[in-house]
Parts: sequence; structure tokens; C-alpha cells
Amino acid sequence: MPDLEAVLRARREAGGRAFVPYVTGGLPGVTPDLLRGLAEAGADAIEVGIPFSDPVMDGGVIQEASRRALEAGARPLEVVATVAEAGLDLPVVLMTYYNPVLRLGEERFLEEAVAAGVAGVIVPDLPVDEAAGWRERCLARGVAAVFLAAPGSSPERFREIAAAARGFVYCVSTYGVTGEREELAGTAEEVVAALRPLTDVPLLVGVGIGTPEQAAAACASADGATVGSAIVRRLLAEDPAGALRLARAFRDAVPR
Amino acid sequence: MTARPALPDARGRFGLYGGRYVPEVLIPALDELAAAWAELREDPGFRGELDALLRDYVGRPSPLTYAARLSDALGYRIYLKREDLNHTGAHKINNTLGQVLLAKRLGKSRVIAETGAGQHGVATATAAALFGLPCVVYMGEEDTHRQAPNVERMRLLGAEVIPVTAGQRTLKEAINEAMRDWAATVRHTHYVFGTAAGPSPFPALVRDLQRVIGDEAREQFREAEGRDPDAVVACVGGGSNAIGTFAAFIGAPGVTLYGIEAGGRGAGVGEHCRSLTLGEPGVLHGAYSYLLQDADGQVAATHSISAGLDYPGVGPEHSYLKDAGLARYEAATDREALEGFRALATLEGILPALEPAHAIGWLLRRPLPEGSRVLVCLSGRGDKDLETVRRALAAAEGAGA
Repeated sequence: MPDLEAVLRARREAGGRAFVPYVTGGLPGVTPDLLRGLAEAGADAIEVGIPFSDPVMDGGVIQEASRRALEAGARPLEVVATVAEAGLDLPVVLMTYYNPVLRLGEERFLEEAVAAGVAGVIVPDLPVDEAAGWRERCLARGVAAVFLAAPGSSPERFREIAAAARGFVYCVSTYGVTGEREELAGTAEEVVAALRPLTDVPLLVGVGIGTPEQAAAACASADGATVGSAIVRRLLAEDPAGALRLARAFRDAVPR
Repeated sequence: MTARPALPDARGRFGLYGGRYVPEVLIPALDELAAAWAELREDPGFRGELDALLRDYVGRPSPLTYAARLSDALGYRIYLKREDLNHTGAHKINNTLGQVLLAKRLGKSRVIAETGAGQHGVATATAAALFGLPCVVYMGEEDTHRQAPNVERMRLLGAEVIPVTAGQRTLKEAINEAMRDWAATVRHTHYVFGTAAGPSPFPALVRDLQRVIGDEAREQFREAEGRDPDAVVACVGGGSNAIGTFAAFIGAPGVTLYGIEAGGRGAGVGEHCRSLTLGEPGVLHGAYSYLLQDADGQVAATHSISAGLDYPGVGPEHSYLKDAGLARYEAATDREALEGFRALATLEGILPALEPAHAIGWLLRRPLPEGSRVLVCLSGRGDKDLETVRRALAAAEGAGA
């Protein structure tokens, strides 16, 4: 399995920025082929969501995608199996809420993830101070435990997040939940600026990046951008070709 | 009395339970709230202001009523703690006045809330009106229908009520939506959480603000009976009226605490809200606590005749009390709640809310030894439920005919 942090650092060292698309696993249309398509579109890494019944960090698009995925019978280990089946040579990061992880058991969840070649895991409702055991387990298995940083955090908090950071830091661009916004929030730059002196781990901006222009703007200071709702919206419209076209447009806007 | 460590601990835990499993963006607000409450809970100025409001505006202390005919019928000595007589008709106002006062101290200019039965929404809208703050209440669309009078009341009080159409369209989804609002508005908005659940510090904050129920009741009970009750009974959804009542009695010798969950129409998945009696620990809405969930950790569907108990989780302190053997948890079905409602109406002249009607319904089984002295938290009045009760009774009679 490719090392998440190494891949993102290599991109930065080459003078480029990372483009990391997100798709909701288990959503009809999110197939191994689609994941391979995202890789071919130039993604540096791919985030695959394991749907949860109560996604409080998510806006309308990903809520709807989660609902449809669960309605279609999506199960956590099947999503992990899709990742394995795709056989990608880029890092895959799972993104899910804590309860599905807890239900399976942190250890078992990671064991299955590693077996499928997963490189990192993002659990948005598991902040650093609740994650002591989780961090150790991830470290022991060579999986990057990715944490969120958000606007409004205290300097002390940013230090804690920086110290825990592996893979990348998911810098939440704005106050609020996932979903496209008219404009990229100025707070994106603030979060990146606060973390930059504290860690060398790549800083990726996410939440609220809906257009290639916004991704490019975020990458002026950040090491990359993650894009979810804009792509998933095309998948909800049963337009996987449109989703891949959009992914390529993001890739073109984010310097390689 | 055995000395217990003060709970929650510094990490917001009641034993294994609690914590704060929330997106990073909410952490600063939770830190701020925890610090403010640690400072103000013992502050004479704050306490004095809140106590004056509870006395002059809410009408506290609420009476303790001896339920003579119900007692005779069951062979107990039953006392009702009359939270139904509070301004706005339920215990919820104890919490919302405290939290809105706190929000003012924190300089917040807007409040939001979730509501199930609408009682917490009404109580928040009331406190917001009193303090001149704009108020938005999230309510599951299903609940806006079954508790329509409360939607009207909230709107008349100047609040904006936003129906939530996701999922089962009940309390859980209302909380999801309120948390999303809060993530976006946290700099100037306080989220008036309605029950003793959610991320730390809410379980302790809400308990502390509801503890007035138990403190008053214990004193009143001793005055009436010259001793503590044998049993303290309260309904449990999220568990705020129960924890507020229990708080004064936890560990008291000879006192058994009973929390009554909504047993709905059966023990099958989706038929009830028995998180403590049929669930397993998990994380929902920011806390680790007993939870109704499936094999994958997806939160299960629920059902209860009472919107206020229709919730798949429960406050973390109840999970702790259960595991520690400090409280017992049982369930009463929809049908038993209706019987409880009817019993209290016809024997005592009190129309209870369907939530505490579960506690009465459970007592109708005569689960306690003859002659037990019982304190029941009558957490709210039944005006909001008349349509639900009318329909359910008509259906039951139709089925029985």
C-alpha cells in the first residue's frame, strides 16, 4: 500500500499540490471502475466514505448519498472490499463516523482496512482528545490517522492536532458542514497559516470547495484540496462520466 | 451515604460513558461552555438571578401532590412531583432559563434548539423571548404533526420552527440538524441542548440545571412522610427529568431509582426506544452511551407513542448508573402509557404528558412491594397529547370491539 504522507509530500516537493476527491462508498455507481477512473483523472489519493445513518458533519449532498447508500444495503466491510477490488496504486483514505468503527472494534476495523490496502482513516467525530487509543492502533498498523483542524481553534488545540498529525491534516475551510459554497471562505487560509509553523505534515483544505477555481485558490497556501459534494452531486444524478470530467477539471486547476 | 467521586471527570466521563465525539469545529464552543459553567454554577450572582426566575417566572418550587386515589388503588403511597405545573407545562424550562442566561453571559446573540415533543422547543422559545434573543427550533416533521399545538406556541413566542425531513423525521434528526446549524454559527449562537445527553459538558450542565426537581422533591417528601421514598420513578428518553430527579437521591440508602423507557409496541427492532434495556453502547450525538443500533453501528429506527421519548440514545450518566447498579431501568409500552394517562386523569384529575404517563403505567403493574412510598416525577402536562391520546384510545376501542 502506498504511504499516504509520502505520496502527498512528494507532490509538494515537486512543486505541485494534491487533489483528493471524495466519494460515498456503497452509493450505486461507486464501483471499483469509478475509483480507477478517479485515479486516471489524476487524483493523488482518494477518500472513500463509509456511510453512516447520522452524518452530522455533512451537508445535504453527502447526507443524501449516505441515505441512498444505506438504502441500497451498503455495509462497512463491503465498502472496504470495493477498495480492495479496485486495486489502486494510489493511497486510499476511508472516511467514516466513529460508531461504525467502534461497532466493528477499532482493531478489527483497522485489520480489515489494512488487508484492503487502505492508507489512512478520517473519523470526523473523533477529535484528538478522544483518540489516544485509536492513534496508537493506527500507528502500530501503519495506517495514517487523519485529524481535522477547524477555524476558531485555540493555539493550544492547533498544537495538539499538529502533534498528532499523520498523512495530512484535514483543514476545514469554514464554519459549517460539507457542501459547496459560493465562495471559498477566508478562514481556510487562517487554518493553514496557524498549522504551517507547527507541522511539516501536508495540509489539505476541505469542506466547501465546489469549483476548480476555489480548489486552485485554496492551494495558494495549502498543499492540496479535497473535494466531495461537487463530485458526489454528479453521482447522485447518475452521471459518473460527469463526475470524472469534473475530477479532471479539478486536477487541471490544481498544479501538479 | 457512600461517598462517590464527582462525575463527570475532567474528560467529561461518567465512568466509561460520555466524552465529546464531535467535529473539531465545535470543540472551542464546548470548551467555552464548560469553562463558563464551571465558573458560574457556584457564582452567587448567576445563581441568584436564576433562582429568582425559577421562583417568580416558573413558579417554583413546584408542589408535591399526594395521589390519594391512585395510591389506594395500587396499595402504595404515591407522591407526584408536579413539573407539569411549571410555566410552559414541563420541566424543560428549568434547563432553558439556565442555558439562555448562560448564553447571555457568553455574549451569544442567537439561540437554537432541537425538540421532540415540542416542550423543550417551547421552553427555549419562551426563555429566548424573555431575554430578547432570536430563536430557531429544529423539529422532526413527523413531530410537528403529532405535537402541532406546540409548533403554534413556539411560533407565537416568536421562534422560527424548521421542520426536519430527513430519516424518521423525529428527535434524532432534529438534533442532527441543530448540530449542523451550530457548526456553521457557533461564534454567535448557543445551542440550548434539551436533554442530559450530547457532548460534554451538556450532560452535566443539563443535570445541574434540572437537579432542582430532585432537591425540592427530597425535601418535600421528607416533610410529608418524615423519611425518604422507597422508590423514585421517572420516564427516560434522553433522560433529563430523570437525572434531575435522581441527582438528589443517588446512593441514598434505602432509595431505589427506576427509570422507565418507552417500550413502544414491542421488543422488535424499530418498535421501541429501549436504549438502556435493549441497546448496546455506541456513539451518537457526541457521547458514548447505550444506543439502539444494528450490527454495523447504524442507528436503529425507533417508535414511541410519545414524541419526547422517541430517541435511540440516552444520556451517558444513565448508562453509568445502570452499569454501576445505582439505578434500575425498565420499560412501559404505548398501551401501558395510555393506561397510565387514563388512570391519572380519572383518579387524580390530572392529564399528564404521555412521557411521564409511562412512569404511571409502569406503576400500574404493581412492581413494588405493598405499602411502598413512591416519588414520581410528573415531568409535564398532557395538553399537547390530547389528539394522540384521542386517536389511540379510539383505535384501541375499535380493535377491542
